[in-house]
Amino acid sequence: MLDYITSYLSDSVKITPGQAGNVFWALVYILIIFGGVSVAVIAMNWLERKALAHFQIRLGPMRVGPHGLLQPIADALKLFTKEDIIPAAADKLVFWIAPLIILCASFTTYIVVPFGPAHAVTDLNIGILFMLGVSSLAVLGVVMAGWASNSHYPLIGALRSSAQMVSYEIAMGLAVVSAVLMTSLNATGTGTLSMIGIVHAQQAQHVWFLFKFFPLGLIAFVIFAIAMVAETNRAPFDLPEAESELTAGFHTEYSGLRWSLFMLGEYAAMIAVSSIAVTLWLGGWMRPFPNALTGETWDLVFSLFPGFTFLALSVFAFVGVIRMPKHPYFRLQTMGLAGFGAVLGLIGLILFVPPVRDRVQDIYWFSAKVAGFMYLYIWYRATFPRYRFDQLMKVGWKVLLPVALGVLIVTAILGVLL
Amino acid sequence: MTDATKYLSHLELGGPDKTYLDSNELIINMGPQHPATHGVLRVILKLDGEKVLGTECVIGYLHRGVEKIAEHRTYTMFNPYVDRMDYVAAVSNGLGYCEAVEKLLNIEAPPRANYIRVILTELNRLASHQLWLGTHALDIGAMTPLFYTFRDREEILKIFEKYCGARLTTHAFRIGGCQYETYEGFERDVKKFVDFARPKIVEYEELLTTNRIWLERTKGVGKISAKDCIALGVTGPVLRASGVKWDLRKAQPYANYPEFDFEIPIGQNGDTYDRYLVRMEEMRQSLRIIEQAVAKIPEGPIMAKVPKVMKPAVGEIYHSIEAPKGELGYFVVSDGSTQPYRVRVRPPSFVNLQALDLMVRGQLVADVIAVIGTLDIVLGEVDR
Repeated sequence: MLDYITSYLSDSVKITPGQAGNVFWALVYILIIFGGVSVAVIAMNWLERKALAHFQIRLGPMRVGPHGLLQPIADALKLFTKEDIIPAAADKLVFWIAPLIILCASFTTYIVVPFGPAHAVTDLNIGILFMLGVSSLAVLGVVMAGWASNSHYPLIGALRSSAQMVSYEIAMGLAVVSAVLMTSLNATGTGTLSMIGIVHAQQAQHVWFLFKFFPLGLIAFVIFAIAMVAETNRAPFDLPEAESELTAGFHTEYSGLRWSLFMLGEYAAMIAVSSIAVTLWLGGWMRPFPNALTGETWDLVFSLFPGFTFLALSVFAFVGVIRMPKHPYFRLQTMGLAGFGAVLGLIGLILFVPPVRDRVQDIYWFSAKVAGFMYLYIWYRATFPRYRFDQLMKVGWKVLLPVALGVLIVTAILGVLL
Repeated sequence: MTDATKYLSHLELGGPDKTYLDSNELIINMGPQHPATHGVLRVILKLDGEKVLGTECVIGYLHRGVEKIAEHRTYTMFNPYVDRMDYVAAVSNGLGYCEAVEKLLNIEAPPRANYIRVILTELNRLASHQLWLGTHALDIGAMTPLFYTFRDREEILKIFEKYCGARLTTHAFRIGGCQYETYEGFERDVKKFVDFARPKIVEYEELLTTNRIWLERTKGVGKISAKDCIALGVTGPVLRASGVKWDLRKAQPYANYPEFDFEIPIGQNGDTYDRYLVRMEEMRQSLRIIEQAVAKIPEGPIMAKVPKVMKPAVGEIYHSIEAPKGELGYFVVSDGSTQPYRVRVRPPSFVNLQALDLMVRGQLVADVIAVIGTLDIVLGEVDR
């Protein structure tokens, strides 16, 4: 039993617990991912509000905790304690199930997300297909929510939303296929749909698929990057929840905990599609320049990044401590921020320990790339006006789809010729 | 099943070709509590899917009977009430009313008062346009311009506050001139603001003018021809964006506008984008006027000789000025007593709102929002 549990701790493990049939570690991974994604959503919530505020020359949350660090928790508590309202005319069962479907759909996809060569719950041989399939189930939840609310605004919101998600999935799928085609171009010539296999293929071909066949990979990536914003209903494609037109779109009638489930699902889906993009085009868990900057020294330098990142965050926290107003009212907050900084610093120090360092590297690079996408999401939201529905459809069907098809065909031809 | 038939009974379903799926008409009630109707406007939309078949505006949620109140107040007492109509451009309202009564009394404000009036009115035009830009952009989905414009509008409000103590409903002018002398450093503040605001307008334009999505959302949306504008009595930037060079500051000069050198921007297409461009250019022209006015503001009295008890001779007067939103007219009837017999206001917002149905018919729901924003209505003025 103990052997079974410790079997996954040795450095030599190169396969995921799911593949190894190790149920214990698979469950642990599921729990870690569930917790990690939830924490990431909370962090994203805070960061979005802060970053957006700074784009817009305001401060954002500042009251609850130092620099509003506890604001997401306060909001969550508020949502939990709110009255649970189901409109009288609503279809209660469907109304109740809809947010759960969205939540489950977005969290289930994480089973195949490869945070590292061995850091995934399991390695399905149809991983990318599974991911696209399950994440598109969220449409079902949206339609159900809109229909069950039995009200005009949610209905229109849901119709828009489902039309949008379904149309963009096609361009998205074609872009994904062109990336998958690239996997079959390595020396051994075996194509794969496995998420881990795709990253290994990039490793074998010594190139991120972003730069493969130079503009082609990039174009496919851009198509995916646009389609994924539309897929997750974020600005500038956020018409399903266009506040100024349809108040809140398909979740107009939702409040409290149920509404927060929608939000949780939306943010989780954002992270999920970003991780598809990272896996397919940005080399997944691989550190930058694994081929150009080789050797023990470079390995060591890059392996110190996670620790230094946390130390830098800790320094930020301590700068915040120094800049806190010197007033008894802020004493508790200052102490809290200092404690937070200390914890971050401690984590940073732990990440310098060699065995930990080697094991978390993959996770770190993967998360850093995903975080870049999260920042893009916030950036879009601060800069762009909203598309109109017909324009959105035009972009999807008349621009992205033909271009994606063209890229797919050219990739296939190049694949045969080279 | 029974529920469905109940809902469908009024649709008079005929044969198999006329099924439920064909009858796509949907009546949606937008407002009065809606984030994009700029107050308490209620629009009943008849939709075919996303397409607008027709609209009906329901107004009156903010009706306070301002015109009736006037009949029970003296000319002076009524002055603060006009600020509450278009509360984002209160100074213009005050100017229109004061000048109307001055005409009735046959008095003229001294030159210095006129200069102060022009400076404050143009500052207020700028503030009104900034508020319009921020909310209009927010309606179309661009959040950030709102905060930029509010930051800069704040500087204008600070000048108002220093001048008369109030920020929005300023009651800045009195019949016959201005109540207050300008404060110490007024000219410096205004000059500083002009220098501050010029690059800010460039900043707004950088965010929007060439933004692809902004262009797609505004070009060709809510088109209205010059002929329709004139037929409906639409004035202000909406009329000018349709290509009619009609600005009361030039057409029927009041205050001392003839002394200033400025241009009237006009558009060609009469769509939302042109209205946006016209208003952006108007902001620049306002800054030009302010700059000229503050450079040659004369010394002298700020109040004309006004009788303590105002008793205009029996008669009536219509006086209109170019408010930020269009022609703001006051029709004042005097019966020789201290109180006006009747005050009728011609509010630009109310008249412009009539064009909404014409502008959105056949367009999409999202365009209704854009058009309400571009008409730049203030419900306080629509309902009075």
